[in-house]
Amino acid sequence: MAKFRVVHYINQFFAGLGGEEKADLRPEIRDSVLGPGVALKASLGDDYEIVATVICGDNYFGENLDEATDTILKMIEEYKPDVFVAGPAFNAGRYGVACGTICKAVEERLGIPSVTGMYVENPGVDMFRKDVIIVETGNSAAKLSAAMPKLSSLVKKMANKEEILGPKEEGYHERGIRVNYFADKRGSERAIEMLVNKLKGEEYHTDLPMPVFDRVEPAAPIKDIKKAKIAVVTSGGIVPQGNPDHIESSNATKWGKYDITGMDRLSADEFTTIHGGYDRQFAMQNPNVVVPLDALRQLEKEGEFGELVNYFCATTGTGTATASAAKFGSEIGQMLIDEHVDGVILVST
Amino acid sequence: MVKGIEKYGIPVVHMATVVPISLTIGANRIIPGVGIPYPIGDPLQGEKDSYKLRLKMVKKALEVLQTPVTEQTVF
Repeated sequence: MAKFRVVHYINQFFAGLGGEEKADLRPEIRDSVLGPGVALKASLGDDYEIVATVICGDNYFGENLDEATDTILKMIEEYKPDVFVAGPAFNAGRYGVACGTICKAVEERLGIPSVTGMYVENPGVDMFRKDVIIVETGNSAAKLSAAMPKLSSLVKKMANKEEILGPKEEGYHERGIRVNYFADKRGSERAIEMLVNKLKGEEYHTDLPMPVFDRVEPAAPIKDIKKAKIAVVTSGGIVPQGNPDHIESSNATKWGKYDITGMDRLSADEFTTIHGGYDRQFAMQNPNVVVPLDALRQLEKEGEFGELVNYFCATTGTGTATASAAKFGSEIGQMLIDEHVDGVILVST
Repeated sequence: MVKGIEKYGIPVVHMATVVPISLTIGANRIIPGVGIPYPIGDPLQGEKDSYKLRLKMVKKALEVLQTPVTEQTVF
């Protein structure tokens, strides 16, 4: 029997080509098994062959979404895979977006079943859970071996066109798809059981989970810019040299407030970046590419707006829990309201 | 963070390179950045041109803060 053909997608880091300095790498395809592909191959067994590995830098993909997708799709198509696997991306945001984008395109445009894997807080999960099957993984590559059995079981089912069960059974992120089935008990009995469990404070599972809409209404625009007070906030990890608040370079638990009184620009002697998720050389040479103090001061002098708040707020946005980010936003927002700030420029890397 | 601040009624302009992420997290006013390691400016074009670009982008950010929106908008 011919082996099932699998093509695997990974980023520059998992291919062993380098870290952030190689994040601009253009897509390429190799006839070999690389990085997590080795564990995938072992987990899939002898009936499956990883015929090729696509590698692409996370920044290149993120900055050239359409072009990169087209190029990669052409590469994949030539190898005629039965199943396509991307990642897993764990909690790497840009990598997760890349994996989700490609899986969706491979399914829709090539008609080849695809699967990827991510940690629940990867932004790629919310972006693509409705489109593709995303296996639940831990938050770092150390959790690869735990994810592999789920991933390979789904690959096998896809290759053999077997039925894929629900998210709980297979271990993937819920997709919001409802499937009819015959329940053992009728609705009234289930409802009473749920109510009794709820009253007892025990665990119960609703038949119909409600979607969570976490949105904020757009705030009203600034009416008089000439009098407006503007503040800058960034998730790009810009801090004074020495990182006095010890903000983490990944998965930040705090943010800092840094004085810019009397400064015309952010000097590289006084400020740096501690962000662990992008190539820092440009921001270290000139921190104004992330916190645009030089441009803001010029516009302030020219009277384009009222005044700049004399500090900026910063944290690291990579691997940071969404709950932490929401908390930082609340704390910063409260402070800026007390300061009578009229508008905020928030820069993310 | 964007939503955490905007819920107080302060308009926030999110300058970010990976626009799909910005849309997913729920930013209402979005300006695409130049590159992930340099969202505002382009050091590859030299300091002078990079600054010109930054000035233009910050001006645009001020305009966007004065622009009414009813839904998520990419400027």
